[in-house]
Amino acid sequence: MSAHLQACAALLRRDLRGAARRPGDVATPLFFFVVVSALFPLAIGPELGTLRLIGPGIVWVGALLSSILAMHRLFAADLADGSLEQLALSPTPLGLLVAAKVLAHWLLSGAPLVLVAPLIAVQFDLGFDSTLVLMLVLLLGTPVLSLIGAVGAALTLGLRGAELLLCLLVLPLYIPVLVFGAGAVQAQLGGLGAHAHVSVLLALLSAAAFLCPWAGSAALRIALE
Amino acid sequence: MLSVQQLACERGGKRLFSDLSFTIESGQCVQVHGANGAGKTSLLRIVCGLAEAMQGRVCWRGADTRLDPGSFRAELVYLGHAPGLKDELSAAENLDFQSQIDGCALSPLQIETALQRVGLGRQQHLPLRRFSQGQKRRVALARLVARPARLWVLDEPLAALDHAAQQLVSQLVAAHLQADGLALVTSHQPLGVESMDLRLGA
Repeated sequence: MSAHLQACAALLRRDLRGAARRPGDVATPLFFFVVVSALFPLAIGPELGTLRLIGPGIVWVGALLSSILAMHRLFAADLADGSLEQLALSPTPLGLLVAAKVLAHWLLSGAPLVLVAPLIAVQFDLGFDSTLVLMLVLLLGTPVLSLIGAVGAALTLGLRGAELLLCLLVLPLYIPVLVFGAGAVQAQLGGLGAHAHVSVLLALLSAAAFLCPWAGSAALRIALE
Repeated sequence: MLSVQQLACERGGKRLFSDLSFTIESGQCVQVHGANGAGKTSLLRIVCGLAEAMQGRVCWRGADTRLDPGSFRAELVYLGHAPGLKDELSAAENLDFQSQIDGCALSPLQIETALQRVGLGRQQHLPLRRFSQGQKRRVALARLVARPARLWVLDEPLAALDHAAQQLVSQLVAAHLQADGLALVTSHQPLGVESMDLRLGA
């Protein structure tokens, strides 16, 4: 077991180290998120009631799109340079290695969104409590996006037009996260409290963390054939 | 040790080979010959378990490799066309990562020794994007030096290598066979070790 964990840790370290030497790959989706979310207040005007109403939804759509932006690269580089074959031939189960890759992807694409969320929340006048709720639901929801996206990335690996196909395949599956993520912040703003929404997001995260790595590894084995 | 039984393979609707059987015992090397597109790489990938055969099975130590892939993979090194190295990482980092994925982590000293053996002792901390094609192949070869695996499956190990490195491959394979290892190799050039020949598409 410890050898398996060591292999996963090595893969996580390799992906993070590679990203640290290509900082552009991390910065692009993050700036995309910030810019897209910042366009709406500018377009709609400084009506605070409206901004508060649409804010959570827009932040979540921005997070969805920014997550998908980096998704198609998750396995493509490994396929091209042959390291995916080596991962598939590791004594460590491929599902665990996929989980490690998803964790690396989330740390590079999802976690930064959680950190810049307060900046976006200010633009929509969300207030202190709602901003905290927004950060919490992003913290729970963005890993689900990475997990589901990884299955899509594995299924479309090596296909022509994979990027567009990935969007079409994965965006509909993101809808529950979108609904409950944005709903949590709106419930908090409406004074209802976000507990129910947060519980559903936790359940989604548990289910995705359990199922997606194995589905992804099965799809990768097919892609390698 | 390794026995391939009645293997058949089809790619793109074309039958590449069928009813292919052979065995490799300790200390033996099988060299696969055949024209481009004859199915050499497909055969190697099937043996490793990366691709499914149409029919037949591959047995390692008497058991079908699909039943217990983990313990088979622990004894296998596969070197394909793409060496599976990352350009952003240095040679030493690549080797370190690969060894941990293979389930047998190497010490920094072992990594240094292995890279010296393939003639990259002085470049071991340079990022791989500064390496030539042949130097990258040498990094991949360092895996063979470093890792104690019983079965080597090598796809065109001599491609892109200079004369000295080709001789190094011959020496490595010879030493591996001497130590009771097994090797399954495709190559268009003579490997320089005693081997049994297997012809595809004949």
